[in-house]
Amino acid sequence: MAGRSTLPNIHRVDIILTVISSGYQECVRTDMVAQIEFIKSIPYFSGLSQSGLDSVGKYIFEKKAGRGEIVLFEGEPAETLCFVVAGVVKVFKISPDGKEQILQIIRPGESFNDVPVFSGGVNLASAGAMGAVVLNMIKKSDLEVVIREHPQVALNVIQILSQRVQHLVSLVEDLSFRHVTGRVARMLLEYAGDGTGERPRLTQQEMAAMIGTAREMVGRSIKTLEEEGAIRIDRHRIIVTNPDALRRIAGVTS
Amino acid sequence: MMEMPLIDRDKCQGCGLCVSVCICGGLVLTDNIVTAVEVEECHWCTLCELVCPTGAISCPFEIIIEKNQDSA
Ligand code: SF4
Ligand code: SF4
Repeated sequence: MAGRSTLPNIHRVDIILTVISSGYQECVRTDMVAQIEFIKSIPYFSGLSQSGLDSVGKYIFEKKAGRGEIVLFEGEPAETLCFVVAGVVKVFKISPDGKEQILQIIRPGESFNDVPVFSGGVNLASAGAMGAVVLNMIKKSDLEVVIREHPQVALNVIQILSQRVQHLVSLVEDLSFRHVTGRVARMLLEYAGDGTGERPRLTQQEMAAMIGTAREMVGRSIKTLEEEGAIRIDRHRIIVTNPDALRRIAGVTS
Repeated sequence: MMEMPLIDRDKCQGCGLCVSVCICGGLVLTDNIVTAVEVEECHWCTLCELVCPTGAISCPFEIIIEKNQDSA
């Protein structure tokens, strides 16, 4: 147990990978069969015949990245569609004041960079590895060949892009119309106790649900409130250090 | 005692995503379920909660009003 917990994370992912793809050995060899199995499992290529899967397999290439590595840069021409095979990728933007806003968390089987690849534009956001990740990528031109030969893929693409639009619209609403930070401030005021009685503890997920926003928005709001000096984060405690400032941000007058 | 993120063993699928993003080394996959061992390095970054596909791991916050001057 003790020995296990000191394993570097990269090895743990390798252990997981070995389970996911039986052909994955010694960090070097990827197995064609396992790759086809992976392709089959992703929504993009669901419903494809074996010959379709085989032709997709020819175009797919693999890329590995370590924690913190940027795998796509915002503003660069969108040339590849990416799928996460193992690990987690975050899609994010950096605001003019240097703050990172995570737009999406991409887990195994999911894709990213879809929208600009199809619109022929530039990468709309950057993407970074949150730990050791393995990606499968396909070039835009090759994907177009697959779509022409297998119209089923086009139907899948429509569905995936629609979901993407829905998610982005919900984020955009919050970014532009309402002030999430103000709502987080109000929620904190309502929930704050004096540290004596038992108060329900809240996860960022629950806070997001309470104020009707995406989980991705809450973390940044909390950071903003801390920078404004209204609260202090002490590990798993959010300490309201300046209730007046918090009330002001929340737009509460009394 | 060092508090660690809470794990709902029934919801955990053992996918290991939380382990792959955690930098504290406090999350360990054992028998296909994640367990948390107490480590100083966990600074409640909540990344494990963020990436978990099933909501099995969570990092809840206590929200407290600081008492003025006297012992907080
Ligand atoms: S990410 Fe969630 S489901 Fe996966 S191992 Fe961690 S706690 Fe379990
Ligand atoms: S809160 Fe962060 S450091 Fe702590 S267990 Fe989760 S991922 Fe690791």
